[in-house]
Amino acid sequence: MIEAAWLICAFPLAGFAVLLALGRRLGEPRAGWLATAAMAGSFVTSVAVFFSLMGRDPAERRFVVTLFEWIPAGDFSVDAGLLVDPLSVTMALFVTGVGALIHLYAIGYMHGDGDFSKFFVYLNLFAFSMLVLVLGDSLALTFLGWEGVGVCSYLLISFWFTDEANATAGKKAFITNRVGDWGFMLAMFWAFGALGSVRYLDLFGQAGSLSSTTATAIVILLFVGAAGKSAQLPLHIWLPDAMAGPTPVSALIHAATMVTAGVYLMVRVNPLIAVADAWAPDVIAWVGVATALFAAGAAMAQNDIKKVLAYSTISQLGYMMLAVGTGAYVAAIFHMVTHAFFKALLFLGSGSVIHALDGDQDMRRYGALRAAMPVTAVTFIVGWLAIAGVPPFAGFWSKDEILAYAWDASPALWLVGIVTAVLTAFYMSRLVFMTFYGEARHSSDAHPHEPSRLMTAPLVMLAAAAVVAGGLNLPFTKDLHFMGAWLEPSLFGNEAHLGLGGGAQWLLALVSMAGAAIGIAGAAAVYLQHRLPASRVELPAAARAFYVDEAWTRFVGGPGRRAFEGVAAFDANVVDGAVDGVGRSVRAGGAVLRRVQSGFVRSYALLTAAGAVALLVWFLVRTSF
Amino acid sequence: MDLAGLAVGWYLALSVALFAIGGAGLLVRRNPLVMFMCVELMLNAVNVAFVALGAGLNDVGGQVAVFFVLVVAATEVVIGLALVVAINRRRSGATADDVSLLKG
Repeated sequence: MIEAAWLICAFPLAGFAVLLALGRRLGEPRAGWLATAAMAGSFVTSVAVFFSLMGRDPAERRFVVTLFEWIPAGDFSVDAGLLVDPLSVTMALFVTGVGALIHLYAIGYMHGDGDFSKFFVYLNLFAFSMLVLVLGDSLALTFLGWEGVGVCSYLLISFWFTDEANATAGKKAFITNRVGDWGFMLAMFWAFGALGSVRYLDLFGQAGSLSSTTATAIVILLFVGAAGKSAQLPLHIWLPDAMAGPTPVSALIHAATMVTAGVYLMVRVNPLIAVADAWAPDVIAWVGVATALFAAGAAMAQNDIKKVLAYSTISQLGYMMLAVGTGAYVAAIFHMVTHAFFKALLFLGSGSVIHALDGDQDMRRYGALRAAMPVTAVTFIVGWLAIAGVPPFAGFWSKDEILAYAWDASPALWLVGIVTAVLTAFYMSRLVFMTFYGEARHSSDAHPHEPSRLMTAPLVMLAAAAVVAGGLNLPFTKDLHFMGAWLEPSLFGNEAHLGLGGGAQWLLALVSMAGAAIGIAGAAAVYLQHRLPASRVELPAAARAFYVDEAWTRFVGGPGRRAFEGVAAFDANVVDGAVDGVGRSVRAGGAVLRRVQSGFVRSYALLTAAGAVALLVWFLVRTSF
Repeated sequence: MDLAGLAVGWYLALSVALFAIGGAGLLVRRNPLVMFMCVELMLNAVNVAFVALGAGLNDVGGQVAVFFVLVVAATEVVIGLALVVAINRRRSGATADDVSLLKG
């Protein structure tokens, strides 16, 4: 069954190919059903592979399925192969599972759009790229998927490209990600230079022979790539703008799957992090926790419902990076899975709300939607409780595990993390209260209504997952740590060991529950009971996301632009000069030499004779001395 | 060997003389027909050297080389005479220097 792992990638690719050729003819809704069926097939295959992997001894749960020779170039040879191990199968499971639900939802959401079939062409191409990224057995193949998801992200953000702002947002996402790709590529070159291979298993097998400096450089460069894809400071600027895309795209790409690729990459290369200097994981942890706090702060003052969720996603990705930096790889993946469930749920719920209010995304014009949209409201509230860290919903378990490891690594990390948790509870409660509670503020000609079954069914399924997903990895006893045991073969024993006793863990959990309660109560005081004007908590600096965008604009527009003009001048004068100079010197030399060709046959004969004599003299001289 | 060596030396001297006469003629004469005759003279001077050395060193290779030279000379004459005819048709009495217009 494991040999059939290629089917996981093949289903969306086939869906993409068929839709590309016949999409318009299939039309709505058949194109959407075909795309969804492709994802469902991929999910079923993933489940089958999962069970056949489960049926094996834990030590033997790692397979490379080589498909074909991809890049044969001298010493450098890359095979297209799939690395099937617990980590990649976990990723494939939730990518295809959540992906299939979002495809289903999109059939309803994109109803009536003129480019209905094109949307699903892109979605299936995205799913294929993401699965290549996840299942690829080498950095090169992961990079192929990495770029593929980047392209699809660009295409889908600017899906409604006739609006200039959407096209600009797509470009911004693509260009910001180039910075990260630069890091990824350098890391790949460096790894090949040091070890002569980019295959994961080769890299991991020989990681011990790397000098710690080389390993540190590779890890930091990979982290630059991960920071670009997973929207970490200061490369996060593209993600809030990426909300210009249709909401299913935001849910699938910019919340559940693509943005977690950076975290996946860092978890995947854990043997390299283990060899690197100690400051490398510290950098990852601190960047992660700083991103978490920063984005939670920015989310406090956003009025666009999707912008709140976008900053929330950045913040949660910061938590995952914190987990990677503290060696809590299982917690990172655990939080990634639970986050995929509840954040996809929240995005799809916001999509239903936006859908019901004719495309209005401003929460100041929402309110009291609970009665009109009961299913959306209930499922959204489940997602809210999950992300706010209320037990027993999924987010509580995963976030708490991360915070426990953070405390173990450094109480300062934990402190920033718990403050972020309070802010998270606050801004998510603010969103829920402004949207579903209070008085109705939407215009009288808007008639909010529950969307079709097609759209509510995925909400219900994701809500169910957001309730129970915590059970994947319960902290009480070692036997309940299912995910930890399952992921063990992929982590090569590099998982940090939690030094906390049961009592300390309970205490931390209580503090974190109290934090969630404080955040929710604070939001209730401001937005339900109006004890404090909202303007006191919605700081202008937070609304502008602390001016990071403006700083980038200044930097790139000022010194950055001048520097690149310098580079362009160097190119025009030195590089082009060298190329043109070769041509020019040949022409000048020809102009001189052509005078020899006079047309007089006898002068040619004379030159030939002189040449013969010169040769003769040379031979004589050579033989006599 | 002494006698043969002496004989070969004389033949080589004849060859050098013929070659020099041909070369000088090629350089000083302007009539294309005469220039071709000079080239023929030079080629045959080489033939003399080949034959003499082939006989002197008892190596049949010298005689073989002569056949190649004869073939090359024959083709050269064919092309050369064609050129001479072509030039004369255009401008009768033209010299080799008059066709310098073909320069690049």
